[in-house]
Amino acid sequence: MAEVIIDRERCKGCLLCASFCPKQLFTLSDKFNSSGYYPVEIKEMKKCSGCAVCATVCPDVAITAVDR
Amino acid sequence: MRVFERPKMLKDKVFHYCPGCTHGIVHRLVAEIIEEMEIRERTVGVCPVGCAVLAYDYLDIDMQEASHGRAPAVATGIKRVLPDRVVFTYQGDGDLAAIGMTETVHTAARGEPLTVIFINNAIYGMTNGQMAPTTLLGQRTQTTPYGRNAAKEGYPIKVCEMLATLDGPSYIARVSVGSYKSILNARKVLREAFRRQIEENAYALVEVLSTCPTNWSMKPRDAMDWIENEMQETFPVGIFKE
Amino acid sequence: MKKKQVLMKGNEAMAEGAIMAGCRYFFGYPITPQNEVPAHMAVSMPRAGGVFIQAESELAAINMVYGAAGAGARVMTSSSSPGISLKQEGISYLVGAELPCVIANIMRGGPGLGGIQPSQSDYYQAVKGGGHGDYRLIVLAPNSVQEMADLTMLAFDLADIYRNPVMILGDGNLGQMMEPVSFCKFRKRKLPPKDWATTGTAGRSRNIVKSLYLIPEQLEAHNRKLYRKFQTMKRCEVRFEEDIPEGCELLLTAFGTTARICRDVVDKLRQRGHKAGLFRPITLFPFPEERIKEVSSWVKAVMTVEMNMGQMVDDVRLAVEGRCPVHFYGRTGGVVPSVEEIVHEAGKILRGIKK
Repeated sequence: MAEVIIDRERCKGCLLCASFCPKQLFTLSDKFNSSGYYPVEIKEMKKCSGCAVCATVCPDVAITAVDR
Repeated sequence: MRVFERPKMLKDKVFHYCPGCTHGIVHRLVAEIIEEMEIRERTVGVCPVGCAVLAYDYLDIDMQEASHGRAPAVATGIKRVLPDRVVFTYQGDGDLAAIGMTETVHTAARGEPLTVIFINNAIYGMTNGQMAPTTLLGQRTQTTPYGRNAAKEGYPIKVCEMLATLDGPSYIARVSVGSYKSILNARKVLREAFRRQIEENAYALVEVLSTCPTNWSMKPRDAMDWIENEMQETFPVGIFKE
Repeated sequence: MKKKQVLMKGNEAMAEGAIMAGCRYFFGYPITPQNEVPAHMAVSMPRAGGVFIQAESELAAINMVYGAAGAGARVMTSSSSPGISLKQEGISYLVGAELPCVIANIMRGGPGLGGIQPSQSDYYQAVKGGGHGDYRLIVLAPNSVQEMADLTMLAFDLADIYRNPVMILGDGNLGQMMEPVSFCKFRKRKLPPKDWATTGTAGRSRNIVKSLYLIPEQLEAHNRKLYRKFQTMKRCEVRFEEDIPEGCELLLTAFGTTARICRDVVDKLRQRGHKAGLFRPITLFPFPEERIKEVSSWVKAVMTVEMNMGQMVDDVRLAVEGRCPVHFYGRTGGVVPSVEEIVHEAGKILRGIKK
């Protein structure tokens, strides 16, 4: 199963991943991180194809790993 | 199967850059390339005065801080002392094309075997949004409050086109990091720029069209689209010398 | 009649003061903590019918100043510490060519890239001449947003009177803080016309703006001429503010932001029964050495407080000529000393005196 690993503490909620994800899997979490940002999360990981577009566009390398 | 991993060469520290700032993407590409080419232990970087002044907090290599605009001169000093090391500069548009324009041109003219990474976001980020040499006509900044006007503030400078007229450089290219495809292309081009120094002992410069969502007053995705569309009208992506 | 007051940052007040004084040309470059100056000029200069250019560097900017000054205009540039270092060659040329202009240094921590918080570590550079050659600048040290405006207006007149650059030595604190300021109607002094400026020779013999004198005797004569100007400045332009009680036990000397802090320190010391005084130079060149010499003959001790590792204290010691002990307390790197810590240091000195 494909998986995207998100480091909540690095994410600044810029939503580039959300806007580029071909399956629109990203949403903002309702719990903020220690910097005060609301990081992204994927609720339906089983829909992820592991294309890694999100990881490629993430400016904080907050997506630390993608498995296909 | 793992298809993506955060480069080990990126230190733990969370980037201080603004949300949506593409410095982070370029830092990651540089880290991936250095790891892939297995040159980490013989690479020395020179960081600018600008938002990336703290690049040494993120890239796990030897680095020197240069005074504003002087990175190519500092890099020349390093490379002449250590010719077998890989030396690169990482500079913003004020650093490279305003105060540092003399150093930029002459280092290229000398064909100094360096890799120059030019982050062009058409504005001065760190000092809060003044005009850059690459600010577009009509663009509002802190020092072009009425919009950049050719008659008063002149025209944006096209660094790649200009440097390509010199005989010194081996490879001059402009890329964008404003979309998935663009980022993949940028990676190829940056890798080639490093290869030119390592295998051909030659000078290479890559201009990277980048975002500044904060000072452009744009949402991150809108800023990405702006570099793919508006910026490329003035600064077309391409290879200008090879 | 109540004067109209506006709440402004020091940087903005300085910029506005320049425009009120008739400055119509500003050339600058971004550097923290003085960015409000070019930002204000970008909006206001065109409205005033003047010219604003964001130059490619501080070095380019000072040379634009040279050209504009040589063409007879009231012109200004501003920067912070590292940028002022870049301007040193140009400043030396401006003095050598006898050109008037105003240069503002909003000091930050150094040396090198340093920091962006306030400091006073460019005193030597400003007063002893950071550029090459024998020369001095008139150096004015404001300590309030009102003085940022007033001293800038004065600077343009002094520059024209002496045909010499004048420096406003502020710091990041003064530049960034906001206080009410009123702009009095600027009284235009009757100054001689700039018939030496390069405006085109129609109707007169030609003017050359230069600082090159290849024959040593001529260059020496030129230097002596410049020095006669500096002597006149010393006689006529000293400015300071003092509050020295009879039988003063400890005289605090400080300039700029530090002087404001020392005002509170002196008040606190007096509340505790000490005879403390404050001497604030407003012109750092010409330095108020005569007055310091005078008072040092009867005050018991002097304490110089600065946001650097000890610069103005040298000039204080020279003026005191050993008549009483001169102590130094400094914080630097962007650290602004607190009233409490200076009171604590002063206390140590006072206990030593009373022993």
